[in-house]
Amino acid sequence: MMKKTMMFFAVLAVWLCVLNSAPLAAEKPLARGDALPAIKLPVPETPGAKNYLGLSGEGSFAVSQIKAQVVIIEIFNMYCSNCQREAPRVNELYRLINKDPNLKGKIKMIGIGAGNTPLEVEVFKKGYEVSFPLFPDEDYSIHKAVGQVRTPFFICAKRNADGSLNVFHTNKGGFPDAAQFLKQVVTSSGL
Amino acid sequence: MLQRKRIYCALVMGAIIVSCFVAAAYGLADTLKENVYEVGKLKSIDSVPKLKVGDKAPDFTLPAVSGGKVSLTRYRGKKNVVISFVPAAWTPVCSEQWPGYNIAKTIFDRYDAQLIGITVDNIPTLFAWTHQMGKLWFPVLSDFWTHGAVADKYGILRSDGTSERALFVIDKKGIIRYIDIHDINKRPPLDDLVKALEKLKK
Repeated sequence: MMKKTMMFFAVLAVWLCVLNSAPLAAEKPLARGDALPAIKLPVPETPGAKNYLGLSGEGSFAVSQIKAQVVIIEIFNMYCSNCQREAPRVNELYRLINKDPNLKGKIKMIGIGAGNTPLEVEVFKKGYEVSFPLFPDEDYSIHKAVGQVRTPFFICAKRNADGSLNVFHTNKGGFPDAAQFLKQVVTSSGL
Repeated sequence: MLQRKRIYCALVMGAIIVSCFVAAAYGLADTLKENVYEVGKLKSIDSVPKLKVGDKAPDFTLPAVSGGKVSLTRYRGKKNVVISFVPAAWTPVCSEQWPGYNIAKTIFDRYDAQLIGITVDNIPTLFAWTHQMGKLWFPVLSDFWTHGAVADKYGILRSDGTSERALFVIDKKGIIRYIDIHDINKRPPLDDLVKALEKLKK
């Protein structure tokens, strides 16, 4: 009986440690060279967003399924005043990518609202007229996976030969100039 | 044998403690990092409710950061009112709640509701704190003196002199239609408030 009780506590202890190991490991924000964690998102309902990301059907998709050579992920929060201030520059980045025939289709952007509900993400999208797809991360699971970063945070990932994505650049906080940031993304990715 | 059992228990306790630390609040805006005072995890609610849905909302007149004074009676018969009490300036969660409401004005307008923000901080503190949020479309009032008197009337004054994180929806007749005395450590989802405002129309 005593042996069984001790075994139970031992298993429980190991289980709790394992449970905690992922968030602890992700305490460190994603950095250059890291593999992009497996991020699953719901397939957007709107045909425009679906088409932009190169997706079809319903259900969920992995970020690595986005049809692009480079994916820029903005981790934001509808409640974050700095994300709000940054929104026009982020929109400008999207506009610059799409007006350049050499980059359009090669670089795609998505935003992930840390701790935001779908309604909160919608308020941000409408309020700042964001044209690229935004997704809610209501339970912070993606936020945890990328290292519980302060918002806004930009993750730039490049496709490998095997189809997976690796981080080649991150940007903590905003960027002062969208054109300069894009230039940095293009140079660092080797596009 | 007893010693082995103690070791196992210690392992379990250790894992639980680690789990508690990992659950701390996150997602804070980068600019606030240097200025926000980390309060740690607080007792979720630390007051005894005095009001319930259906009660008449207690009147108050408080000084506004923008100057002058604002009374609840100003809106009687004209606007629904949402009062957002937040515990204290320059603390986590509070520092993001109002910037979120600030970009959701269309939602408040849709339900003919005026938002009022209240904390127990004094005007200069509130001025500095709200200034870095950008231009707010709603009045921010100071319940500093007599300290927390309005928070106390609404049954949300905590034992340390701060207020709860609470939302009150008051209809045009001055009747309380929704109360959310929220866990102080968490931000109330906008969805719950919208549902409460939708009910005003029925």
